[in-house]
Amino acid sequence: MAGAIVAEGLRKNFGSVEALRGIDLDVASGTVFGFLGPNGAGKTTAVRIFTTLLLPDGGRAEVVGLDVVRDAEALRARIGLAGQSAAVDENLTGLENIEMVGRLYHLPAAEARRRAGEILERFGLAEAGDRQAKTYSGGMRRRLDVAASLVARPDVLFLDEPTTGLDPRSRIDLWAMIRELVHEGKTILLTTQYLEEADNLADRIAVVDLGTIIAEGTADELKDQIGGEVLELHVKDPAQISQVGQALSGVGIGEPSIDQEAGKIRIPVGADGPAALLDSVRRIDDMKLALEDIALHRPTLDDVFLSLTGHAAEEEQEEQASSGRRKRGRRQGQRRDA
Amino acid sequence: MSTAISAPPGVRPGGRIRYGFSDGMVVMRRNLLQLSRIPTVLVFELVQPIMFVLLFRFVFAGNIITPPGMTYVMYLMPGIFTQNAIFGSTTTAIGLAEDMKKGLLDRFRSLPMARSAVLVGRTTSDLAKNLILVLLVIGVGYLVNFRFQNGLVGAVAMILLVLAVGFVFSWISATVGLAIKEVEGVQAAMFTGIFPIVFISSALVPVQGMVSWIQPVAERNPVTIWANCARVLALGNVALPTDRATHTIPTTSLEGLLAWSAIWILGLLIVFVPVSIRMYRKLT
Ligand SMILES: Nc1ncnc2c1ncn2[C@@H]1O[C@H](COP(=O)(O)OP(=O)(O)OP(=O)(O)O)[C@@H](O)[C@H]1O
Ligand SMILES: [Mg+2]
Repeated sequence: MAGAIVAEGLRKNFGSVEALRGIDLDVASGTVFGFLGPNGAGKTTAVRIFTTLLLPDGGRAEVVGLDVVRDAEALRARIGLAGQSAAVDENLTGLENIEMVGRLYHLPAAEARRRAGEILERFGLAEAGDRQAKTYSGGMRRRLDVAASLVARPDVLFLDEPTTGLDPRSRIDLWAMIRELVHEGKTILLTTQYLEEADNLADRIAVVDLGTIIAEGTADELKDQIGGEVLELHVKDPAQISQVGQALSGVGIGEPSIDQEAGKIRIPVGADGPAALLDSVRRIDDMKLALEDIALHRPTLDDVFLSLTGHAAEEEQEEQASSGRRKRGRRQGQRRDA
Repeated sequence: MSTAISAPPGVRPGGRIRYGFSDGMVVMRRNLLQLSRIPTVLVFELVQPIMFVLLFRFVFAGNIITPPGMTYVMYLMPGIFTQNAIFGSTTTAIGLAEDMKKGLLDRFRSLPMARSAVLVGRTTSDLAKNLILVLLVIGVGYLVNFRFQNGLVGAVAMILLVLAVGFVFSWISATVGLAIKEVEGVQAAMFTGIFPIVFISSALVPVQGMVSWIQPVAERNPVTIWANCARVLALGNVALPTDRATHTIPTTSLEGLLAWSAIWILGLLIVFVPVSIRMYRKLT
């Protein structure tokens, strides 16, 4: 049986920018699929193609067995979309917003109203339901946007960076709601820049960069693939950084990467963090070198990049810019220390 | 997947014909709700016609030679109504550009609604807004001594004509809005386009007072035809123009004016409705 979301060799160009360079996907029904990648990776472009907003230039894509180009009209009745910017009408109340979307899914008026009330309740917006959306906080707008995409109970839900701009509390709340939806059997494709989010929610994750999927698997598979934890050392004297680097060769499971300017060295250490930490401390102490700081970090998006592409996101960006292959904005994974 | 074709409970995929109208009405209702929440928009739109009335009625009036048997304010007001309906149509483009900016058009385009609904909803809500505006501007006219002189039927017919003109320009405006996509750009483009069309016409001043080479242009301008028609409907035959331009159907009778008005209105709709809907479908 084919998955709920399928793509084969999906391509999209914007002028000379290759936003998607051949994406292959197969998302099983009733699962959460995480699309993980930095700014400009092509996440939104892919979501826009799956939701019929954008025509692909090559390849094909199907959602619930319907072709995104040929069967676009039928497909729209089966999907829900919460786009990257919360698409709510600020001058309407929360209730009116959801009701309108329900009506446009062709629910009868009474049904649309009933479901709008239910869904607001569920998203903790019942009390604010009669207030204009312009009085909502960013988090409430986001929730309203996701709520609207659910009013017709679509089988497949596309959430483009649903938690960007939310505080930790709202983020965790939204995660809980997404999990609930999956329990009900929905298929969800969500994009995110945060490994942690993909880790928490997604059954499978695809890491996208420059319009291609550079790795795919479960969170654990991916973490193993990208080397698990990372040891980060901050040297006291920047002049000693290469010495420290040499001293550490062989520690961990990958080559140390040295950031001269910041005076930092990062080493992927796999699952064996503590041992690598002790080993490093011993070696550095033996050589009488000084450290400002040393710590184990859970992998960040930067680490994913480091390990999967062999160079940091920023370096790659410069290469890209100088070769003129592709233009893009600043991108950098969010760093979160464990 | 075997369950591919069954839609979720209650949802019916969008048949173009079946839902074209009702989806448009849902969007129209939303736009009107929006307008009712920010009625100040109407106040701002009312400032402009008031300024034009005051300027032309009290500043320029003495320098304008009106056709015999008519005071200038009588001549002026039907033109102001027409002009105002045309200016009022810029909100169609601005509303669309705003929806686009806020991502609402993306939401709409991902829904199983009719592809014409957003435009139908927008142009019809602007039609309703224009009706309110026209009535208010008529009130302003009465304050400066304008009076309808061709009975109730004439007055109602004039209002309908003016609204139809506004509706046509709403579709033109929608096309411009979808092409330009930026609120500020839209505003500039609409006004640079609309100003010459409105001013090289008989809307505010008689064509006879214009430089001779521009007169044939002004006489053929649809805005002249609509303004003249509005004038005759509002005031009666005293307002019939004495054009020299040779239209195949003479525009010196009410019948001729009505015929040409209808031809222009329908002709422009036939072009701009499908063009703008097509542009909406092709949005990315
Ligand atoms: N309409 C467009 N016109 C031109 N280029 C575009 C357009 N949309 C996207 N791009 C380009 O395509 C690439 C992928 O963009 P996309 O929005 O899909 O990235 P993303 O992964 O969603 O990034 P972000 O995390 O910033 O949302 C970028 O280089 C972007 O500049
Ligand atoms: Mg994006």
